[in-house]
Amino acid sequence: MELHFDQELTQAKDLLLRMSSLAEQAVVTALKGLVQRDDALAQSVLDGDSQLDNLQKEIDERCVELIALRQPKARDLRFLIVIMKIAAELERVGDQAVNIAHRAAALNREPQLKPFVDIPRMSDLSCGMIRTVLDAFVYGKIDIAQQVIRNDDEVDRLETQMHRELTSFMIEDPHTITRALSLIGVAHSLERIGDHAVNIAEEVVYLYEGRDIRHQSPNV
Amino acid sequence: MDNPVIQIADVNFWYGTKQALFDVNVAIAPHQTTAFIGPSGCGKSTLLRCLNRMNDLINGTRVTGRIALNGEDVYAPEVDVIELRKQVGMVFQKSNPFPKSIFDNVAYGLRIQGLTDKTELEGRVVKSLKKAALWDEVQDRLHDSALMLSGGQQQRLCIARAIAVEPEIILMDEPCSALDPTATAKIEELIQDLETDYTIVIVTHNMQQAARCSDYTAFFYLGRLVEFDATNKIFTNPTNKQTEDYVTGRFG
Amino acid sequence: MNLKRRQRDWQSVAFYAVTLAATALIVLTILVILGDIVWHGARQVSWHFITGGTKEGMFDAQTAGVFPMIFGTLALVVLMTLGVVPVGVITAVYLTEYARSLSPITRIIRGAINNLAGVPSIVFGLFGLGFFVQFVGGGLDQMFYGGALHYRKPALIWAAATMAVMTLPVVIVATEEALRAVPSGLREASLALGATKLKTIWKIVLPEALPGVLTGAILAVGRGAGEVAPIMFTGAAYYLAHLPNSWTDQFMHLGYHVFVLSTQSPDIERTKPILYGSVLVLLVMTFLLNLTGVLVRAKIRSRLQHG
Repeated sequence: MELHFDQELTQAKDLLLRMSSLAEQAVVTALKGLVQRDDALAQSVLDGDSQLDNLQKEIDERCVELIALRQPKARDLRFLIVIMKIAAELERVGDQAVNIAHRAAALNREPQLKPFVDIPRMSDLSCGMIRTVLDAFVYGKIDIAQQVIRNDDEVDRLETQMHRELTSFMIEDPHTITRALSLIGVAHSLERIGDHAVNIAEEVVYLYEGRDIRHQSPNV
Repeated sequence: MDNPVIQIADVNFWYGTKQALFDVNVAIAPHQTTAFIGPSGCGKSTLLRCLNRMNDLINGTRVTGRIALNGEDVYAPEVDVIELRKQVGMVFQKSNPFPKSIFDNVAYGLRIQGLTDKTELEGRVVKSLKKAALWDEVQDRLHDSALMLSGGQQQRLCIARAIAVEPEIILMDEPCSALDPTATAKIEELIQDLETDYTIVIVTHNMQQAARCSDYTAFFYLGRLVEFDATNKIFTNPTNKQTEDYVTGRFG
Repeated sequence: MNLKRRQRDWQSVAFYAVTLAATALIVLTILVILGDIVWHGARQVSWHFITGGTKEGMFDAQTAGVFPMIFGTLALVVLMTLGVVPVGVITAVYLTEYARSLSPITRIIRGAINNLAGVPSIVFGLFGLGFFVQFVGGGLDQMFYGGALHYRKPALIWAAATMAVMTLPVVIVATEEALRAVPSGLREASLALGATKLKTIWKIVLPEALPGVLTGAILAVGRGAGEVAPIMFTGAAYYLAHLPNSWTDQFMHLGYHVFVLSTQSPDIERTKPILYGSVLVLLVMTFLLNLTGVLVRAKIRSRLQHG
């Protein structure tokens, strides 16, 4: 039976979904600003970050209120706790998008160092992971969540690869150091975004199964 | 609060020589649920029963101050207590259906007002039973005795009986304390539904209940109002330390 | 830990034995009395006895009949009940619902009721004679009949009035108990719906108290059928040739008949069977009246509980 509390839980979930689409968009836009060398796009990401921060505060306030007023148990309780944690992860994803946007702005002022190959691949993976994991949250698809955890290995591998490649660039030609370091920074941000997606996946498993799978070996 | 439906101002109350309420000031918001909470003997039930002057039934009680319903002082000498109680209904701690049929229970308030038209009576009884979320369970046995219903059903019947008279305000004096958790949950949901049509004031010794179903909460202790605020504020960040101690269970 | 009993609890056994003995004693006494009456009376009771008039053969076992006495007793009981129940209920309602329990007036009223209950029944008889027959009856005759004799004599109505006054305390007390037993929650619920006190009493409290009121009525009826002293001077007759056809008539009464038979009979041995028969009929009639009351009360009670 539908309770008044159920309506309140749905409202909280809607807040989180709104935040998640904003965070995802921020990353996509920041990367577009980088790859398409578009400063306006980069700037829009910087402007939009406060919205993400405010949403996180709103979500936290609402969840604390619901916990105090409704004394939720079992899945309802896990739901509210998980929403707060996912919101924190998404806020940091937003911060990483801001970092990417900053680096894009810097790189756009100089000639492009090399064609973008790995970065688009990494970004597809990372953004895909975010999207996937939020799908898992909405629909309770635990297997997707676990798949994301495996995808993270690929993202890590790509980052290592880019690191190596750019290091050899820098050794060959010191004039590329600034740009190379910036690109390494972008790769690092994308890798961190992948990690955040993994964290969200772990929270989703906790929500639906009550199991805490954090800090474990890769095969869970 | 802009337009409180009940304004309680500087109210003091005595049972004979024993004072039970001291300088109480509370505003009841329209179409909201206000909860009175506090430990036993804090005066919350006493204040509730002032609102429909049920305390008049006890000998030797005295009130000072002003309790205004839509601006009118309910203790003014020209006030007809009967009319007051038609506008301010009450549901009691122990459900008290009359030993009559379910239909006659709900129709009682209407019949004593002189309503005899059978069709209209039926219509209003059905409407009240539906609003009290009891219709589905009793529609086939309206003429069975009310005493055959379960405790939770009897209490919902008392709610239907009270709302049949279409009061503006419904007072509830610990309506769930004699009920099991499932029946309690049903009534708490019902209270949140009733807000659209009525203003509700509920006394409860179960503060979790106040947290779940009220919009405003007034915390009383030893006859005084300690804190009155939106419920979510009282339970997440109360201003007064006594309130904090009470809601966290560290009282006494 | 040893759970076995150490020794018999002789106190409990002894107490149980005492209560058993007391009960047995009472039951035995009742059985003996009833047995004696039934044994000797059953022989006398026949269809003729119950339906026949007395004519001259009142003292003759063959011709005696007690129908007029049965009729008279019933008429008395009905009139008495019609008088005592409304007055008793209204008084009890006043005392329970309206009077403030500690006020001096209430205390006086209660004192009066208690004293009334303790007055010997012969005193009621004299009171009935002096007040109802002579004062009220005389007054009515003066006012409506210009002094002609209509009311200022022993009559069914005066006997009924006297009995009503005598059984008033019993009805008041039983009704009060019943009213007090009505849960205050019901009154509160009614008042909270905007009902006046009167409507609450009339529609909720009294219907709920009805079984208790009936108890009072049953007790009153029991006394009314049996008491003799109050009706001796106020309406009962030794012998009447016809049944009473108005309430100003006198009437014959079973209890009074027993008294007459035992004190006025020329030959007590010949009258004894009639005596036993009359007593048996009186007992059976009282029993049936009680039973009717109890059944009606049970029906009302079950309707209150089950709708």
